[in-house]
Amino acid sequence: MTAYILRRLMQTAVLVAVMSVIVFFGIHIVGDPIWLLVNPQMDQKDIEAAVRALGLDRPIWEQYFHFVSGALRGDLGRSFIFGEPALTVILQRMPATLELAFTALVMAIAAGIPLGLYAGLKPDSWVSKTIMAGSIVGFSLPTFWVGLMLIMVFAVMLGWLPSTGRGATATYLGITSSLFTLDGLRHILLPAFNLALLKFSLVIRLTRAGAREALQQDYIKFARAKGLSPRRIVGVHLLKNILIPVATVVGLEFGNLVAFSVVTETIFAWPGMGKLLINAIQSLDRPVIVAHLIIIVLLFVLINFLVDVLYTVLDPRVRIGAKAA
Amino acid sequence: MSVVGTHGEAEIERPPTGTAAAPETPLRRLMADYFESRFATAAFVLLVTIIALALLAPLIVPQNPYNLAEVDVLDSRLPPGTKGMAGYTYWLGTDGAGRDLVSAMLYGLRISLAVGVVSCLIATVIGAAVGLIAAYVGGRTESLLMRLVDLQLSFPAILIALILIAILGKGVDKIIIALVTVQWAYYARTVRGTALAEMSKDYVEAARCLGLSHARILFRQILPNVLPPLIVVATVQAAHAIALEATLSFLGVGLPRTEPSLGLLISNGFEYMLSGKYWISFFPGVVLLATIMAINLVGDQLRDVLNPRLKR
Repeated sequence: MTAYILRRLMQTAVLVAVMSVIVFFGIHIVGDPIWLLVNPQMDQKDIEAAVRALGLDRPIWEQYFHFVSGALRGDLGRSFIFGEPALTVILQRMPATLELAFTALVMAIAAGIPLGLYAGLKPDSWVSKTIMAGSIVGFSLPTFWVGLMLIMVFAVMLGWLPSTGRGATATYLGITSSLFTLDGLRHILLPAFNLALLKFSLVIRLTRAGAREALQQDYIKFARAKGLSPRRIVGVHLLKNILIPVATVVGLEFGNLVAFSVVTETIFAWPGMGKLLINAIQSLDRPVIVAHLIIIVLLFVLINFLVDVLYTVLDPRVRIGAKAA
Repeated sequence: MSVVGTHGEAEIERPPTGTAAAPETPLRRLMADYFESRFATAAFVLLVTIIALALLAPLIVPQNPYNLAEVDVLDSRLPPGTKGMAGYTYWLGTDGAGRDLVSAMLYGLRISLAVGVVSCLIATVIGAAVGLIAAYVGGRTESLLMRLVDLQLSFPAILIALILIAILGKGVDKIIIALVTVQWAYYARTVRGTALAEMSKDYVEAARCLGLSHARILFRQILPNVLPPLIVVATVQAAHAIALEATLSFLGVGLPRTEPSLGLLISNGFEYMLSGKYWISFFPGVVLLATIMAINLVGDQLRDVLNPRLKR
């Protein structure tokens, strides 16, 4: 296990290094951010001073080494726009994004597993066929358009829910989240539902496939022969085994949700990291783009690692140490 | 037995079938299987209709939405069914600049489909080439290429696309580059997997013994047999590409304003939405949804039809 974690850490370090090189050098090919930052009325001398202050007059490799030596000390550079450390700017917005992605994931699972289970147990009923047809629609729905329609119906026409922003937050057990206030819940409902739709179909399809496969297995036949109630067979024996692939895929999809929250955050004006990235791209805020990417890579590696660990806990047949990862 | 491809030059010595009056070509069998499902047939008809509408847009619609002489700003934001200054009815209303929404949508559809299909074709060629080469050459090259594929596939497409656009900037060509970069890995993985399975088969061995050149074995023998899964992946990816382009355009980092795809139309309608003018965003979204869904459904059926393991 220790060797596994060490190897994993080394791979992560290499990955982050490679990514930072690609993005850092790539991003310096396009545009000169200085023209977005200085006042056009400034004279040449002031512009040069600004360029020097931002370190943009140095050769690119020197800028990169400056960046790396800072990054190793936890300093990912200062945002050109906010004037604050890029890391701080991003971390400030991270809880909102994680909260949104987490709520969406819970929604997708809570609705997806029962529906998928039903479709898997009774594949020929018309309800199941409707569920499966619906899941194709869910796959095809463009997230951003659904978001607009949700705002249209629930905020503009019915006026039930607020259309934009994050609600009031409260702190409970050391976690500050908008999930603990009624206002917060009202605000998160639409965006989280919008984001959940993306994974909803996936959970249904996975659960259904898992259920259909598990039904053929001997342990189910044996449980039936033993005379267990159908409720116990499905609720205990079947569900336990379906949950393994579902947990793995869903865990991996959490990172995907964080990435896709870019779209939802833009529509619902949710103050998270995704919206920050879009703004940073549009305003050529290089330090924020680079820092954002590094944080996302780390987040992904962390999620993948946790999923692997979770997998061994759920499925005793898998042993991490033996895996040639 | 392959479903779609012929085993290289095998058609010379095809065994006599004799039963059917018309010879059963792979294509004909495929079509018969496909149109067995009424649902899939409907999806196919829908897709063909959408493509036809996009191709014939200039002949069908009442105005060229990007010819300023034909657009009247006084007609802007009219609800569906209003009669405009030019004398014809705006069946689906007009947008913020006074363009007839039907016309704007069909022109937008052309752009969306074109970007999706072009990026998909380029990605298919690159991905298939990489996959074939990886499978055929093996060794270091293979593991290096596949590492790259795995690495890329472990990140969400939208993130990679956003980063690329941050690096490349806006523009039609940039968007296509981003979409190709996002997609090629799927093709490479699929093609490599299938090609590896094909390479262990006797006909490849036979071709080697005959002393055929590597290129000939790869492209005339293996490639046709890799086509079925490749076609399925290509349909699904085309839908993804169209959706991703629309998303990027909606976020304002996609196509420029001069190339208004469906995503941009929806984005333009966003600002009017809060005042209850739903149609500017709603109808382009319906067209986008119908397009993506039709492609997905056709792809779903193709997967079943092209999979020899599901043969009845």
